[in-house]
Amino acid sequence: MMPELVVDLLPFVPLALLGAVLGLDAVSFPQAMISRPIVAATLAGTMLGHPMRGLAIGVALEFFALEVMPFGASRYPEWGSASVVGGSLFALTADNTAAAMTVATLAALVTAQVGGLSMVALRRWNAMWARRQQVSIAQGSGNAVVGLQLAGVTADLVRGGILTFLALAVFEPLRIAVLATFSFPGTLSRAVVVSTASAVGLAAIWKVTSTTPGARWWLAGGLGLGFALAGGLG
Amino acid sequence: MSTPQLPWTTSAAILVRMLGIQGAWNYETMLGNGIAFAMEPALRRLPGGRGGEAYRAAITRHSGYFNAHPYLAALAVGALARAEFDGVPAAQIERFRAAAPGPLGSVGDRLIWAGWLPLCSSLALLGFGLGLAPAGVVLLFLVSYNLGHLGLRIWGLHVGWREGLRMAQALGHPVLRHGPPHVARATALVAGVALPVAAQAILGEGRVLLGGVLIAVTVGALLVTRLAGKFEGWRLAIYVLAAFILYSVVR
Repeated sequence: MMPELVVDLLPFVPLALLGAVLGLDAVSFPQAMISRPIVAATLAGTMLGHPMRGLAIGVALEFFALEVMPFGASRYPEWGSASVVGGSLFALTADNTAAAMTVATLAALVTAQVGGLSMVALRRWNAMWARRQQVSIAQGSGNAVVGLQLAGVTADLVRGGILTFLALAVFEPLRIAVLATFSFPGTLSRAVVVSTASAVGLAAIWKVTSTTPGARWWLAGGLGLGFALAGGLG
Repeated sequence: MSTPQLPWTTSAAILVRMLGIQGAWNYETMLGNGIAFAMEPALRRLPGGRGGEAYRAAITRHSGYFNAHPYLAALAVGALARAEFDGVPAAQIERFRAAAPGPLGSVGDRLIWAGWLPLCSSLALLGFGLGLAPAGVVLLFLVSYNLGHLGLRIWGLHVGWREGLRMAQALGHPVLRHGPPHVARATALVAGVALPVAAQAILGEGRVLLGGVLIAVTVGALLVTRLAGKFEGWRLAIYVLAAFILYSVVR
């Protein structure tokens, strides 16, 4: 039997507001890294009453985020809004539900990619607005400079909010449908997410340390210590 | 020559505006508008005040193309504001604006994006793996990261204003010159410890599959490393997870 796929969109509004603020932090204001998955997903989980579930998916997404360096004009995913989506979807699912982490992670990664594209579009709009103000700026108008900055920040805030809302509206029914038909055990589903995220995280750290003499030995030493510690904790 | 003082309200306004320096970032002028935006409270104090000739000329000059790491741009904002106050010739300011972006970008990228950020992120992952509560993990990350972030912005603004266009010497500061390799080694060590510990913590009951996970991580990391520059790991993960879900649903 197919599950009920009609979802109530109203509860997504506060989450969209959170996504707006955290999406804004990624680049425009204040870049304090509240947009990092380990923070953003935890905040989303906390809003839904499940901070630990938010943190768990935040950690998985943080592994992926380690790979991405927001260098200047390069194109990169936007993790703030995406992590709110991932954290919310995971927090909405009961503990130990098979596929919950897989679906939430996939939704967050896709949202991060779309978010990156939306930032490229915003930067083009910023350029267009700047061209329109060219005459005023050439005359030394401080108001034009401040106006451009405020317009860019406001547009970025709106971008993050709309992105989060739309992503939740699309992925929530998908989450319900997948959870109802998923046929693998929960242990395997979580192991796939952890393996994928850890592989990307490890490769990212390998790349970061590749240009520093001796750093890979430090990584090897750390991994040895980490496995020993994990064995002890497990 | 003694350093002229800016009122603390002006310095604070510049600092707050620095946090939004990328608000109008675009592919044509990049940080340009943000530089003028951040400097604007200081420029109001030029002879003639807001709307005066010096103010208008400076606004026009500084809203043109400029690129730098957003945190280290504070050095440029301080230095350029000081140059305007000292009445440095426009041609000299333009030469500085053309020369500064390269070093300010590369040092900032290495120190922050490839160093401090992954280090603080790894610290938080380790905190999670060792059982820290959600609030503790979030605070550990935010406090450690922003000590570096805000410290760098405040230092940059202060040194830029003090040194003016001679601020290039500040890039020879030991932290900026020798810091990145030390931070990279620390990141390698902390991330090395954090990855297995945090992965095990999220794995939960999936620990029964630990052997398979270790093999998958090793193979996956090798694959992502081999594909570096052609395909990013997080994009590859989208296909892997989508295929897994699809297979599970249709099988």
